[in-house]
Amino acid sequence: MSDNEIGRRGALRCMLWAGSGVIWTVSGGVPRALGDTQPADGFTFAQVSDSHIGFAREPNMDTPGTFAAAIAAVRAAPARPALLLHTGDVSHLSRPDEFDAAEKIMAGAGLDTHAVPGEHDVIEDGGAAFMARFQSRERGKGGYYSFDQGGVHFVGLNNVIDLRAGGMGHLGADQLAWLADDLRGRAASQPIVVFAHIPLWSVYPEWGWGTEDSAQALGLLRRFGSVTVLNGHIHQVMQKVEGTLAFHTARSTAFPQPAPGAAASPGPMKVEAPRLRAMLGVASISQVFGRSELAIIDTPLGA
Amino acid sequence: MILLNRRDAATLLLAQLLAPRAEAAAAEVVIDNFTFTPATLNVAAGTTVTFRNRDDIPHSVVSALRPPAFRSKVMDTDDSFAFVFDRPGRWDYFCGLHPHMQGTIVVT
Repeated sequence: MSDNEIGRRGALRCMLWAGSGVIWTVSGGVPRALGDTQPADGFTFAQVSDSHIGFAREPNMDTPGTFAAAIAAVRAAPARPALLLHTGDVSHLSRPDEFDAAEKIMAGAGLDTHAVPGEHDVIEDGGAAFMARFQSRERGKGGYYSFDQGGVHFVGLNNVIDLRAGGMGHLGADQLAWLADDLRGRAASQPIVVFAHIPLWSVYPEWGWGTEDSAQALGLLRRFGSVTVLNGHIHQVMQKVEGTLAFHTARSTAFPQPAPGAAASPGPMKVEAPRLRAMLGVASISQVFGRSELAIIDTPLGA
Repeated sequence: MILLNRRDAATLLLAQLLAPRAEAAAAEVVIDNFTFTPATLNVAAGTTVTFRNRDDIPHSVVSALRPPAFRSKVMDTDDSFAFVFDRPGRWDYFCGLHPHMQGTIVVT
C-alpha cells in the first residue's frame, strides 16, 4: 500500500478515558467507536487537557491528584504512547508554583511532552513564562510550532494571546502566515494533527467557545487527506467531522463544565465527589497503517 | 463682625474640603456567572469604580481601547480591582480571559 493511500484513508482512532485523558490511534476514515480494552497496534499518542493546577474549589479540591491520576492512566495504557500532548490551561493562574507542580506531574508519564497554552497560562506576561518552561524544546516563538513523529505532522497552535473585546480565541495574522508556510509543499497524504487550546470550530460563540479566525487556518488544512484537530478549553467531549477534518475536544483533568447553554454560565459544574472522576478525562490516539477508520471512545475511568 | 466672617470663611473652607470627599462617589461592578453587573454603569467623573469577582473562576478587567486605558491584574474569587474614572466618556471593557464578557462605564 502506498503512503498516499494510507494517508487518504488514514486517520485517527481514539480511546477516551474519563478521569485521565485520551489515547489516540491513527488509523483512518470516519469515527468508529472501539472497545476500551482494544490494544492500539500502531503509532499511539496521548492527550491531556485543562489540568488547572492551582484550582482548589468545588468540585475539585485536589487538581494535582486528578492530574496525576490521568498521567498514571497514560502510563498504564496497553500500548505505550509515543508522546503526550497537553492542550492548555496547564495552570490556573500562571503562577510559578503551579507550573512547577504541573511540570513534575507530567514528567511522571516518562514521555516526550508537547504543550500549547490556554488563557490561564498566559496571564500578565503574554505567556513568556509558559513558553520558556513548556516549549523551550520546540522554540515556538509565539507559542506555536510543528514537528513530525510517527509519520504524522503535528502542529501546535496558540489561540489565547491578544484576545479582543467581544471576541473568541484568536490566532492572528503572523501565526496564520507561519501556518501557511509550515504546510506549504507538504504531501497531502501526510496525516496532520493540529492541537490548540480553544476549539478551532464554533462550539458555542455565546460563551466564547470558538476561534474567530479559525476558518483561515482550516482553509489551509482542507487539501490534506486526514486532519485531526484536538482541543480542550470546554472541559467536555465534543466531536464533529467536516469532510476530511475531524474535530475533538478532550475532557479536563480538573473539573467538568456544562454543555453549551445548559447553565447560566460556563463555570465549573458542581458535581458530587463520587461522580467527579467519571467527568474528567484523558485521550489516547494511535495510527495503524493500512486501517481506514477514525474512532473515538469515551470510557470513564471512574464509575 | 470680622471674627464672624473669619468663622464663616473657615466653615466654607471646611465645607469645600469635605464636599468632594462626600460626593466622591464609589460604585461597584460585580462579576457573577461570567457577567459584569450592571453591564452599563453611569458615574460622575472622579468616581472610583470597584470591580469585584464573585465567580469561582478568575476574571480580569481590560479596557477595550488599544492600548488599554486600564487593566486589572487577574482577579481570583473575591478579589477586586478599583479604578478612578476621571475623564468623561464611554469606557468599554472586557474580561481578558473570557473576552465575550463585556461591560461599559459611562462617565459624565
